[in-house]
This record gives sequence, C-alpha cells and structure tokens, in this order.
Amino acid sequence: MAAQKEIRLIIKRQAGPESSSYTEEFAIPYQPNMNVTAALMEIRKNPINAAGKKTEPVIWESVCLEEVCGSCSMLINGKPRQACAALIDNLSQPIHLAPLSTFPLVRDLMVDREQLFDALKKVHAWIEIDGIFDLGSGPRMPERTRKWAYELSKCMTCGCCAEACPNVNAKSNFMGPASISQVRLFNAHPTGEMSKEVRLSEIMKSGGITSCGNSQNCVEVCPKSIPLTTSIADLNRKTTIQSFKNMLGSF
Amino acid sequence: MNQGKAENALRKLHSLSGVIPLGVFLMVHMLVNYSATGGEEAYNFAAGIMANLPFRYFLETFVIFVPLLFHAVYGVYVALKAKQNVLKYGYFRNWGFFFQRVTGFIAFAFVIWHIWDTRVQAALGAEPNFEMMAALVTDPLTLGLYLVGVVCVLFHFANGLWTLLITWGITVTPKSQKFTQYALMLFFIGFSALGVQALFAFAQ
Repeated sequence: MAAQKEIRLIIKRQAGPESSSYTEEFAIPYQPNMNVTAALMEIRKNPINAAGKKTEPVIWESVCLEEVCGSCSMLINGKPRQACAALIDNLSQPIHLAPLSTFPLVRDLMVDREQLFDALKKVHAWIEIDGIFDLGSGPRMPERTRKWAYELSKCMTCGCCAEACPNVNAKSNFMGPASISQVRLFNAHPTGEMSKEVRLSEIMKSGGITSCGNSQNCVEVCPKSIPLTTSIADLNRKTTIQSFKNMLGSF
Repeated sequence: MNQGKAENALRKLHSLSGVIPLGVFLMVHMLVNYSATGGEEAYNFAAGIMANLPFRYFLETFVIFVPLLFHAVYGVYVALKAKQNVLKYGYFRNWGFFFQRVTGFIAFAFVIWHIWDTRVQAALGAEPNFEMMAALVTDPLTLGLYLVGVVCVLFHFANGLWTLLITWGITVTPKSQKFTQYALMLFFIGFSALGVQALFAFAQ
C-alpha cells in the first residue's frame, strides 16, 4: 500500500460493563511499519478524536507485543486477532476495532478472559511435578509425538477460537476449543498421560467436548494455526473409548 | 464427578439416533418411494412389504417415533443454544453448521406434516397406497413443499452423518474429514435425485 498521510480508525468504545457502547473515529499521523498497538499508543499519547475534540484515551490490554501472550486480542476489521501482529499497512482503512464479544467487557477494547483460564484449571492443564520427594526422571516422549504436541503447546489462550465459535456464548456453558486442545497436549505427555482419565472426565461433563457443533471456525481463526478440530476429533475418539470403559469396566 | 454426565451421553445419542435408526429408516423409505418410478403396482408392492412387517407397531414405535421425537426435541434445544455467526465467518463448514440447523427445523415441520398427511390419515381409515400420495402431490404447492422437505431431510442426514463421524471419533484428521465431506455430498446429491424422481412419479 502506498504511503498515507494519516491512519483512520473507528473504535467501538464503552466506558464500563454497564455503560452503552458508541463508536469514535480517530485520525493519526501515518508512520511506516506500524501495527494496531502502535496506533493505539499514538491515541493514548494524544487523545483527540477525528473531530478534533479531546477524549478519553482508548483502553486496551497488551503485554508481550510479539503475539505470544494473547492479551491484545480484539476484533480488527471484524476478525479476532492480536493488535500487536496486525500491521496497519496490511489492513483496509478505516480500520474498525471492537472488543471480543464473547467475553465480559471491562472497558473499551479490554475484556475479561478469565473463563478461559478457569477452563484450563478445570481440565487439569498441567503435568504433575514431584511431591515431597524426588520421583526421578519421567519417561521420554517419542520424537513423532513431540512434533505435533509442540504445535498444540503454541496456544496462548487468546480467545480467538472461542470468539468465532457459535457454541460459545452467554446461552451455553461450552468451555471452547482451546482448553480441549490442551487436554490432548497434556495427555500426550508421558507423565501427563498418567492422569489422562482426570482430564477426559472433565471434558465429558456438561459444557465439555460434546458441546462442539463442528462449525470448525476455531481452526480457521487460530492465529497460531493450531489443529484445534483435529484435537477435538481425537478427543471425541478418546472420550468415546473412555465412556465404554466407564460403562463396561477396565483396568 | 457425576455433574453433567447425562449431557455427554445425550449429545452422543442424539448424533447416533440420527443415523441409527433414523437414517437407516430414511434410506429404506427413499428406496420404497423410488419404486414409484416403476409404476403404481411396483410401489404398492414395496410399500406393502413395509406395512405388513411383523411387530409393525413395535417397530414403528421404537425404530421411528421414539428416536424421532428424541432427536427432534433435543436437536431444537441444542440448535437454539447456538449464536449463528455465518455472516461474520463465512467459512464452508460454518455454512454447513448453519444449514444443519436450518434444515433440522424445516425437517421437523415437514415430518410432522407428512405424518399427519399419511400415517395419521391411514390410522383414521384411509388406504395408504400410491393413490394416496398421488392425490397429495397433484397440488403443485404440496408437491413444491414436499420437494423442499425431502431435499432438506436428505441434506440434514448427509451432513449429520459427516458430523457423526467426527463426534464419535471415527474421522480425526482433516484429510479424512475432507474425504467423507466429498463422499457424503455425492451421497446427498444421489439420494436427492432419487427422492425428486419418486415425487414426480407420484405427481404424474
């Protein structure tokens, strides 16, 4: 795209969870190689809207600035993605920014993604470490497994998959694709595998894996290209087998 | 530990009931219909075999009506929990998700109407044969609605079979899911062609 004098942004704003939302337009001076985060920082530096009126700076979250923390996730031109990884030069203008709609709004572009972390706690998304004494080194992971497990480990719990999923919403208690994929990751780990039934039984409860409706939007929008639908299908197989074990008995 | 376990089983059973027994019955039903292309006698013979099966009321109840009621009512409950976003995310599979629910609702209404038109009328004393169907579809509006109904039911079945293969953990890789998607699309087109021909055979 040719160099432009200014960048125009239309931002959906809301002062707080109970306030009503409105849009505000901003025009900021163009600089090459800017990302959306840089544009938002520019607004914070000089909080004047396109009409020339002084306004409250736009609130948003960001931590890592390199697409590994997931906190600056927002709707950029209608698609859920990270502000730090969205280059202005690649976006059509005016750039529309809005908060993720699936999560409770805090203010402006900032949402509360706690339900994602609660789901990780629920599904036991960790590997047990040694207790009061050293249990020695655990079994090794085969290289073939390591390869695909590494891809799953790239999940940053950003919430894009939950945002695009038609079954994650206020009417449903579906935990969403991210935490289900983490069950596959930790069950693939040779030590994590020792408590695989704990994780499987969690996703076999209400709001677990069977709430998936196979729209497969998650895998389309995942910024880390994690094979979320493969994880879900694989765990459909594992939970089906687990159901038979629960019903008919197993050792 | 027990909380919500019923939901897991119900969702799996919902998926299964759409294929076994409902999908299997649907295919038999479509083939019986197709025999109408061979004339009145051929159809009455094929339909007669179905109507004269032993334990007919038992079969009707447990192979058709109970699974149908469960599948339809639970399906509506599940579908109403979704927040459709196909205009925002116009991916192919999301359209499939959307149409699965739309055709489900159409199928629900169509099947009730169809049962009223045929099974209920038969129970009230009408003779369920070629003539009964022919009389129904001579009305162009009824024929049109039946065509829409049959195609929707068949799409719902083909696409539902695709999701069953995922829900039960049979197709896991994207490659296998692509393959079954194409195979079931052909299945949908093929069975729709049979269904449409059968309806026109009655209408003639």
